[in-house]
Amino acid sequence: MNAITLTDLDVSYGDTKVVHGINLEIAEGESFALVGESGSGKSTVLRAIAGLAPDWEGRISVLGKARTHGIDRQVARHCQMVFQDPYGSLHPRKTIDATLAEPLAIHGLSNRGARVEAMLAAVGLDRRFRFRFPHQLSGGQRQRVAIARALMLEPKVLLLDEPTSALDVSVQAEILNLLKRLRREQGLTYLLVTHNLPVVSFLCDRLAVMRHGRIVEVAGVDQLKAGALTEPYSKELLAASGGHAEILPT
Amino acid sequence: MASTRDWLLDDSPTSRLQASLGRFYRIAAALMRNPLSVLGGLIILLLIVTAVGAPWIAPYSATGQDLANRLMPPSAAHWMGTDELGRDIFSRVVWGSQITLTIVLLVALIAAPLGLLIGAISGYFGGWVDKALMGVTDVFLSMPKLILALAFVAALGPGINNAIIAIAITTWPAYARIARAETLTFRNAEFISAVQLQGASPLRVITRHILPLCTPSMIIRVTLDMAGIILTAAGLGFIGLGAQPPLPEWGAMISRGRTFILDQWWVATMPGFAIIIVSLGFCFLGDGLRDALDPKQADKH
Amino acid sequence: MAPLVDIANLRVSFPTPRGRVEVVKGISFTLGRERLGIVGESGSGKSMTGRSILKLIRPPGRVTADRMTFDGIDLLAQSERDMRAIRGARISMVMQDPKFSLNPVMTVGEQIAEALVTHKKLPRRQIYERVIAMLEAVRINDPARVAKLYPHEISGGMGQRVMIAMMLIPEPDLLIADEPTSALDVSVQAQVLDIIDDLVRDKGMGLILISHDLSLVSRYCDRILVMNAGTVVEECVASELQNAKHPYTRGLLAAMPTLDESREELPVLDRTQWAGT
Repeated sequence: MNAITLTDLDVSYGDTKVVHGINLEIAEGESFALVGESGSGKSTVLRAIAGLAPDWEGRISVLGKARTHGIDRQVARHCQMVFQDPYGSLHPRKTIDATLAEPLAIHGLSNRGARVEAMLAAVGLDRRFRFRFPHQLSGGQRQRVAIARALMLEPKVLLLDEPTSALDVSVQAEILNLLKRLRREQGLTYLLVTHNLPVVSFLCDRLAVMRHGRIVEVAGVDQLKAGALTEPYSKELLAASGGHAEILPT
Repeated sequence: MASTRDWLLDDSPTSRLQASLGRFYRIAAALMRNPLSVLGGLIILLLIVTAVGAPWIAPYSATGQDLANRLMPPSAAHWMGTDELGRDIFSRVVWGSQITLTIVLLVALIAAPLGLLIGAISGYFGGWVDKALMGVTDVFLSMPKLILALAFVAALGPGINNAIIAIAITTWPAYARIARAETLTFRNAEFISAVQLQGASPLRVITRHILPLCTPSMIIRVTLDMAGIILTAAGLGFIGLGAQPPLPEWGAMISRGRTFILDQWWVATMPGFAIIIVSLGFCFLGDGLRDALDPKQADKH
Repeated sequence: MAPLVDIANLRVSFPTPRGRVEVVKGISFTLGRERLGIVGESGSGKSMTGRSILKLIRPPGRVTADRMTFDGIDLLAQSERDMRAIRGARISMVMQDPKFSLNPVMTVGEQIAEALVTHKKLPRRQIYERVIAMLEAVRINDPARVAKLYPHEISGGMGQRVMIAMMLIPEPDLLIADEPTSALDVSVQAQVLDIIDDLVRDKGMGLILISHDLSLVSRYCDRILVMNAGTVVEECVASELQNAKHPYTRGLLAAMPTLDESREELPVLDRTQWAGT
């Protein structure tokens, strides 16, 4: 069964169509990346799958079930999202405990305290962070909380919207390691949106290059590592982010 | 005591209670650093103590007449003098504090939650809900407060309860506007999207996640408006549509004293002082709260 | 030749409820007509260093230094009025986000012209020609049309190029670029930096490039200062960055994933190693 299947997906914001005819199959357990520059429509695809961009046509199915437009409580159990900005994605007046317990309360799950503690441990946060407010945490710690919140409902699919682009390099490494470990431990499927190709190389199995709302190329991560992307635009992107490989001690 | 303070300011609280008490303590500490807001707080405290303790504080009855001692100037026996029916003005001012406090509290309890809810719903849903609710709000906003209150009291009949309802009806639209503006800034925030994605119902999103964010600015605004509410109530009392005689409402007392203002100045002036002091108290406290509740301020500590 | 910028023991501090906290803790460096990169993570004090050269740190922030000179001028002794004559005309600064740095109610052309007029008296005809030439220099096609546009009508990349045009038209001796491309797409980033690079070389200016991106700084600079927690932990020639010695620099380099990443786990900085230094 596919984790996510998109068939002829068009997404619009108001009168402008920003995503055109996307077809994509992401297998369960796979880590898939959507890459492209700002305005390529990659985030819009993610938001449509999550239910935050309800104005779409075509077909989106999550774990074999077609999803409705808008927010869907059933999809919510299986498919959660991590946002880009760790400063904007946590409620400023709620403690970490309240933020993490909220999804449990919404779905009427019991044993909240223990679950929150277990999840904090899973994302590598000490339990003394439990009753702090977001402003008492660093960017990396906040992003750990955001990941923990997304995992509270034990979803199968995680949508990641540039989860490390607002973080420092050293913190990015910590979060990438965490995401990799969680996927291994919990058998998660990732759909990652990013403009950072090295991150794709570290975290993903396959990628789709997007431009002007269309998929230009779908490739395996081996092709990316070998620099063997075929489309001219993909090569351009590759060249633009090529600097990272040059200076590293190997 | 140092250990209690440390417990409150602990960077890693161990329970929900400690976390919220700590936050409360930080706000209170910020408030205490501002001398004007401390003064404002003391005035409000004095008002509350006076209202609660009126029976013990007031030396005379508020309504008992003593025609032999009409219009006596302030003296040891009558600290603020007596009025045209020989009633002790100090006692009337003390008893009047109960009425003022009742008006202020009831208006705040009716108008603030109403405005908050209407504004949040309007801002959250947008579209035609927003247009309809804000249309109604604008109709109320476009009319002068006192005139609108006058019209309501005239329709419902004079009296303190109707005055409270009338004032509440004229104050909520401003709160609805603020709540809507605040909601609009949060509506598309990622932390709201996140709870929506978890399957939270709109009611839950509004009450649990949006309203707590609008409340601080609402508290500040209500505190600052208290002065206006007291003045409106006094105004209604002054033109005889608020509290009815012989109730010792401050505005009504000024109205009665107006006749003697040139020869017996204290009759109108004493309740006037009470109104000014209490209004100022709310203003000072509101200004202090604005600084203390500002999240940017809170971040610094 | 005397250095363009000479800084010794620069300290910047801000008051907090728990006393003054130093964000820059006594750094020293000199700059000739060369390209210097300052790298570091958020909170390292790199932006504060750039701002203190222009004396843009307002009270209650406090800047002290044993020596802070620019082209022989003692910056510490300059009044706010003197600094206004230096800012823009002799030292320019490009900030991170063009959206906040451009005036929304003035056309692009007017803003660039204003940057020039503030510091030099020139006939109108000549000003217009200089503006158009400058827009061409930052590789904007059809400069006459773009000069008439308002900031909201141009893209982020173009906005940043307009900013650069504005900063460089008075022909300053030193350009401070604080994360000039962080808000831009990768492909546009390279374009913008190439433009800065060309202009700096052609005019023989000094450049201080402040960024969190090690690879970017190593590509566009001659010399690099690595900052951490308000101090310079490493100073090296850009091409030698991969041979960096300090554990912090090495940790940063290793923490970056590469395009052909094969590591199962990225090494994470052990912050305790050099804490307190």
